[in-house]
Amino acid sequence: MTDYAVELCNVTKVFSSGRGAKSEDVYAVKEMNLGIPRGQFFTLLGPSGCGKTTTLRLIAGFETPSSGEIFIQGKPMSKIPPNVRPVNTVFQNYALFPHMNVASNVAFGLAIKRVPRDEQKCIVKEALELVQLADMGKRMPSQLSGGQQQRVALARALVNKPAVLLLDEPLGALDLKLRKAMQIELKHIQEQVGITFVYVTHDQEEALTMSDFIAVMSDGLILQLGDPATLYKKPANKFVADFIGESNFIQGTVDSITQKGTKLRVLDELVTVDAMEVNLAKGQAATFTIRPEKMMLKTKQPVSTEALSGTVQEVIYIGTDTRYIVTLQSGESVVVRVQNGCSPDVEQFSKGDLVKVVWLPDDARLLAD
Amino acid sequence: MENRSRFASLIGPPSLYLLLIFLLPMGVMFVYSFRAGIAGVAYDTFTLANYQSFLTNSHFHRLLWRSAGISFTISVISSLLAYPLAYYLVFKAGPNRVTLLTLLIIPAWTSYLLRVFAWKLILGSSGLLNSLLLSIGLIEVASPILIYSRGAVIVTLIYVWVPFVALPIFAALERIDKNLLEAAADLGCQPWEAFLRITLPLSFPGILAGLFFALIPTLGEFVTPLLVGGVSGSMYGNLIQDQFMRALNWPMGSVMSLAMLVAVLLLVFILTRLSSLTDLVRFS
Amino acid sequence: MRKCNLPSLGSIYFLVVCAVLYLPILLLIIFSFNNATALVFPLKGFTLQWYGTLFENRELLKAVGNSLMIGFGSSLVATIFGTMGAIAIVRFKLPGRNIFLAVAALPLVIPYVILGVSLLILFNEIGIRLSAFAAGLAHVIISIPYAMLVVASRLVGFPDNLEEAAMDLGASYWGALLRVTIPICSPALLAAFLLCFTISFDEYAIASFLVGTDATLPVYLFSQLRFPTRLPMVVALAAILMTVTMAVMLFTEWLRRVVQSPAKKG
Repeated sequence: MTDYAVELCNVTKVFSSGRGAKSEDVYAVKEMNLGIPRGQFFTLLGPSGCGKTTTLRLIAGFETPSSGEIFIQGKPMSKIPPNVRPVNTVFQNYALFPHMNVASNVAFGLAIKRVPRDEQKCIVKEALELVQLADMGKRMPSQLSGGQQQRVALARALVNKPAVLLLDEPLGALDLKLRKAMQIELKHIQEQVGITFVYVTHDQEEALTMSDFIAVMSDGLILQLGDPATLYKKPANKFVADFIGESNFIQGTVDSITQKGTKLRVLDELVTVDAMEVNLAKGQAATFTIRPEKMMLKTKQPVSTEALSGTVQEVIYIGTDTRYIVTLQSGESVVVRVQNGCSPDVEQFSKGDLVKVVWLPDDARLLAD
Repeated sequence: MENRSRFASLIGPPSLYLLLIFLLPMGVMFVYSFRAGIAGVAYDTFTLANYQSFLTNSHFHRLLWRSAGISFTISVISSLLAYPLAYYLVFKAGPNRVTLLTLLIIPAWTSYLLRVFAWKLILGSSGLLNSLLLSIGLIEVASPILIYSRGAVIVTLIYVWVPFVALPIFAALERIDKNLLEAAADLGCQPWEAFLRITLPLSFPGILAGLFFALIPTLGEFVTPLLVGGVSGSMYGNLIQDQFMRALNWPMGSVMSLAMLVAVLLLVFILTRLSSLTDLVRFS
Repeated sequence: MRKCNLPSLGSIYFLVVCAVLYLPILLLIIFSFNNATALVFPLKGFTLQWYGTLFENRELLKAVGNSLMIGFGSSLVATIFGTMGAIAIVRFKLPGRNIFLAVAALPLVIPYVILGVSLLILFNEIGIRLSAFAAGLAHVIISIPYAMLVVASRLVGFPDNLEEAAMDLGASYWGALLRVTIPICSPALLAAFLLCFTISFDEYAIASFLVGTDATLPVYLFSQLRFPTRLPMVVALAAILMTVTMAVMLFTEWLRRVVQSPAKKG
């Protein structure tokens, strides 16, 4: 399977507290099986403590798996220390060497490999041009801004032409505007250079912006693996649906299972939800999810839509959208986002109005709990 | 794990050295304490005679208590003198305080021997102080009471220790959140009240550290007593030195050293219980 | 706030204490130039003769040589061990770290008389001759905690994953230490060395037990204190030593502060 740049086979990483009590062991990564395709911008996404950084460090070689095997370009890495592996890392705090100038920092890996001096100079020049720091070679790291330091760290890693570039939340310390600019720049660089990027972040918007593939992690496990569109439109479970973008969750009981989908009873209304692979039995409690922007408010339910009745609780105007918070008959609240000034048949509502919350059947998903 | 082997390689050589040149001698000294020592020869026997002799000898005990008293006096007075210094530096000296602190410390780092020697010259009967007093006419005859006394030892050692005691007090005061004092003033606290209720208690770890830093080494002092102490100013350390250099009763000397070692370790243990040692690293 | 031009009580106290601290040193320096053999006022004229006698004094020069040798040697060893220890305690959080730190720091609080006599016994037992070298061995022990302190306090000012970054780029762990960690610490290494040197150079208590016939400078000095005629020479020597020490300490402090660890950049 050498089409994968990185493969994790049944990798587990345990951190024991050292006091012998098994109950205090932390399973950072649990039996992970993952294949990262070559040349892709791959992101590990999840909240703090989900194991994404540990996974990255396992690939880099700074941690060794408690069990399982890691392959890079098809070769097993268990006996190979980090300084020999064909990977390089961009650290969250950049970790630039403070006693060397920018050019020496970037050339560090080359100097270790004893690349001849003039060749080093050439390569460093190219790398600095790639990250748009062309004439900063003689500066010291302490003279650079955060964004510039980050770019030096990137150049320093890239000059070694690694098979895989690991990035550990590199944009975390930058302010919002700079971060957004850097996201696009990083994506371009990856496309230009063609190296596999493995990126770690907790920011779902960042992940959606940059990635070809995303693995959503929680508690040491991969909950869903897919491209941004799939993850957004078809979240596999509540955690993914909640973590990526905004979601509404509505509960009901299974009434019947038909060819078109599963009929759920929400109080005294029935809705049909596309069940996909989720198998539920009659009478079982179930939750389905739908994005706020996929819902509409109407006075009467149009044909070929699903609907639930409710009362408008809040109307919030945010310029581009109007957000309606609607309380359903069951007592649950849903958020409905309506784009302003879009089409003439968008109805306006105010607080206290009785409405029908409406959506197209395709846009709702039943969740496996 | 390579981590463990790297750690081991790093602390290995220093640890080995410490073991051989620091811990091993202590062990050998312990063994020695059970030997019979007569006139420079320590017979390879096992005896508790030295311990018995130590425990029953009232002269030794007197000297031990005297030394403890002297050390205690020195550390308390040094702390009292050092506290206002540190306080001034932290609260009143502004941005120059580190430079001023350095100014205070520099003379303290010159040779201990030479500084005690300088005091010997100043306090001695043909020394400066006497000649000064004589020339002014304050006294009729050179007075030897200034030197070769317990007082001389105490004064000299206070002179040596005040700068060192100021360091941990400085560190502790420095670390106090100045916002606390502003809050106190805001709530109507007078400056002296704020000092008693906030500053002093919060600086307590520093005071404690300073006290112990002066107390523990001065317990074993023998150089200053030799130079300025005379008979009445001699301390426990002189007894030990005597056993090794003159009486040549090394086993007896070992017992005495061990007694002091136990006392010192006990004090260190108490200190570490009362405050943490990481203060030391953090200060620098 | 009213601008108070009078010096505050605190500053007066500080100045007084400083004056008292420097006074003996200044007196020694003044009297080293005094054309008289007794340390009394009034001064009797300027002379450099006492300094001159220093250079003719064979024993003194030998003692200086001994002190320089063991000062240099013990500082080198203590700095190396101290640096290794500092890296170990700052970068690793493994069991044994605290015990090592405690044992290494213990000589700071053990009275020198105990250190001296215990080594005297050991050297006697295993047959090491009492010499300046023997004293030097002991000086390493008392210097290690200072070296560790100086290097460690520099090390903590830097991000803790610099060695990892170097290894990520292809260096071995020891290569990372040599190319990154040690260069970063170099001002601290020099400061540590100088600090250990002054400690060894001035040390009397332990040396008095261990030097045997190879006097070090403090031991030699002490032996001369009994002779009143030698007093001026001793005073001249003391003046030189104290001035040099103060200059070295000033330089070391400058090193530590001007070339300080930078604040960690976010």
